[in-house]
Amino acid sequence: MINLAARDVAHGFGRYLATAVGLGLLIGVTLTMAGVYRGMSDDARAFLRATGTDVWVVQQHTLGPFAEASTLHDDTWRAIRALPGVSEVGNATFLTTQVRHGERWVRVMVLGFEPGRPGEPGYLVEGRPVARSHYEAVADVLTGFQVGERVRIRRNEYTVVGLTRRMVNQAGDPMMFIPLRDAQEAQFLKDNEAIVNERNRLAANPRINRPGVPGLLDTISEALTSNNNVNAVLVRVAPGAEPVEVAANIKRWKHLQAFSTAEMEDILVGTVIERAAKQIGLFLLILAFVSIAIVAFIIYTMTLGKLKEIAVLKLIGTRDRTIAAMILQEALGLGLIGFLIGRIAATLWGPVFPRYVLLLVEDTARGFVITMLACVLASMVGIRMALRVDPAEAIGG
Amino acid sequence: MATTKRKRILFIAGALALIAALATLATTLGPFAPIRVSVAPVQTAPLNPSVFGVGTLEARLSYAVGPTQAGRVARVHVDHGDAVKAGQTLAEMDPVDLAERLAASGSALERARQSARAAEAQIREAESRHQVALTNANRYRELAQKGFVSKELADNRRSEANVTAAAADAARASLAAAQGDAARLDSERGAAAKQLANLKLVSPVDAIVVARLAEPGTTVVAGQAVFRLVDPSSVWVRARVDQARAGGLAAGDAAEIVLRSAQGGALPGRVARVDIESDAVTEERIVNLEFTTRPPSFSIGELAEVTIRRPAVANALVVPSAAVKMLGDRRGVWRVDAGRARFHRVKIGLQTLEGQTHVLEGLAPGDEVIVYTRAQLSEGARLRVVVQP
Repeated sequence: MINLAARDVAHGFGRYLATAVGLGLLIGVTLTMAGVYRGMSDDARAFLRATGTDVWVVQQHTLGPFAEASTLHDDTWRAIRALPGVSEVGNATFLTTQVRHGERWVRVMVLGFEPGRPGEPGYLVEGRPVARSHYEAVADVLTGFQVGERVRIRRNEYTVVGLTRRMVNQAGDPMMFIPLRDAQEAQFLKDNEAIVNERNRLAANPRINRPGVPGLLDTISEALTSNNNVNAVLVRVAPGAEPVEVAANIKRWKHLQAFSTAEMEDILVGTVIERAAKQIGLFLLILAFVSIAIVAFIIYTMTLGKLKEIAVLKLIGTRDRTIAAMILQEALGLGLIGFLIGRIAATLWGPVFPRYVLLLVEDTARGFVITMLACVLASMVGIRMALRVDPAEAIGG
Repeated sequence: MATTKRKRILFIAGALALIAALATLATTLGPFAPIRVSVAPVQTAPLNPSVFGVGTLEARLSYAVGPTQAGRVARVHVDHGDAVKAGQTLAEMDPVDLAERLAASGSALERARQSARAAEAQIREAESRHQVALTNANRYRELAQKGFVSKELADNRRSEANVTAAAADAARASLAAAQGDAARLDSERGAAAKQLANLKLVSPVDAIVVARLAEPGTTVVAGQAVFRLVDPSSVWVRARVDQARAGGLAAGDAAEIVLRSAQGGALPGRVARVDIESDAVTEERIVNLEFTTRPPSFSIGELAEVTIRRPAVANALVVPSAAVKMLGDRRGVWRVDAGRARFHRVKIGLQTLEGQTHVLEGLAPGDEVIVYTRAQLSEGARLRVVVQP
């Protein structure tokens, strides 16, 4: 018993391989698209996980600090720290801004954190953590900054002392970690011109700048330019405590909104990136259908090209089963080689993408099954056609 | 036949290569790849801890000079940057009618003195009249006793003497009143002169003028500053240091001060005072530092970064600060144990600004700890040790 498929493939190996490579690249694109989709939700989650935060406390009736604006006083943490089950708390501010780096602008999300408290980057790939309470920063490698470089955020220059990885916000912007006091100032004091203008505007107000009350103007000016707000309080719970229970306790007694990290992930994935994810999801679906259709067409035309040979086989008395097996095996082989090439291609070009591409094992498995099913279905059409071929055609036309 | 066989071998080899490539990629770049980490040994080294703070250049002795009552500024004699001596007149307030009032009280005093002189003359006149009346009264009394004049005439003379005595008393009283008036007016004139002198704004010490806040013609209220003066020898840096790192700071600790205008070089200084009161809102301590040698020029309010040296620890066990992590509520380091990540609890002490952490307990010299990782570690995660993750 000889394997007809192997013989046939060996006969036109080059063409078969070229077809498989083309198919593979198409599958690679589909897998990458799935990776982009997964990477998007993973971006949203990566940072939440890396800060080691269990509960996010934000302004009451908001879904902050990412989905909505949230403002808390920076001494709110004291009341939270005293609650049962709370192990550590840290203030955090979030500010998306453009940072100038040489000739280009880099869009970053600046996170203000308190060194040694939750909110610190979980791990570094270079340098050291922030040690001074001012003017030092840890940045994600995506920013392109180097350790030792000085970058300007709003009014102050910061020295990059460490680099981290996979710390991006839901939009894929790399994060930069700076001390909280600086971040509060950066959020509020925009630039020197704005400050001077604001001061002059105040001085021009006769109700504030009153001749009989010296010092009033200075006091108001100072009160207006100091910022004691943060966007969220990050809570780490004590071992054995349930984040959901701690969050419920904060919600009930402190009149603040609190989310466990799982709830926060749902908010980010469910609201913040919902449309973008749906957009990509739908595109992925269409791409998958198109890929299946193309696989089917390729196998169909491959069979179409062999109709004469099949007629000859039939003429020499080959059984239908053998012919069907040949077409099915060839189709599955094509699918297998294509899938392997596609998966390798996706792995290789994935890291080049500007945003994170996450190729999950379950997506790969799912893609493999779908490819194989598509090949089987497509070969059915081919088999049906092959079986209807009249052996007489081998002699005629 | 031979070519078919070779083709088959080629095909199988190709398929195997494809699968091998996929497997290799999956275990190096893909989902099954171990996390790449870099390690560093625990070292015994001297540790030079320090505390960092940010502050502003201020003058410990600063004076706000202004009038004690509302008025208009008449003349300003000094300007920003002038060095002034103690007692020097810096500015004068408009006296309005004070000079006229001084002149008026001078005239009134003169009049009171004249009145006193008139009263003295009246006394003399009254006393002289009384003398005559008394002599007459005595003479008539003797004559009446001898019966030369009637008793009635003698009584009349007696009464005249009493009347002139009363007139003399009255004259003396009006002299005392006139003298009292003169003394009162003298005091009043002194008060007006003092008020006039008080309109001069005088420097209390030797100092430098750092602000001239009012010009001639400006109306200022009582207590409003017209000048701000500082004593240049009292320039210091008022720095704010995170409470969490301020423990053990004391006066006399050596420090380095970097002014924003001179970021290249650090100026030597020392802690002059650690304020007992710290800022409750910002959770910072106020540390005042003085310069060992006063900078040649300074600008009050300039931003300064201070680094205060803490006592060095010789032969300390140190690890890079990047290695120290929190897992739950435990502080520790990650270590590689047969290719897997293991969290190792340690007790840490001081952390230096250069990124070194003092290990108090839990590690021995030469132990390797994970410093850099490409991803978040978890207990038992597979690792691959590389030089640069």
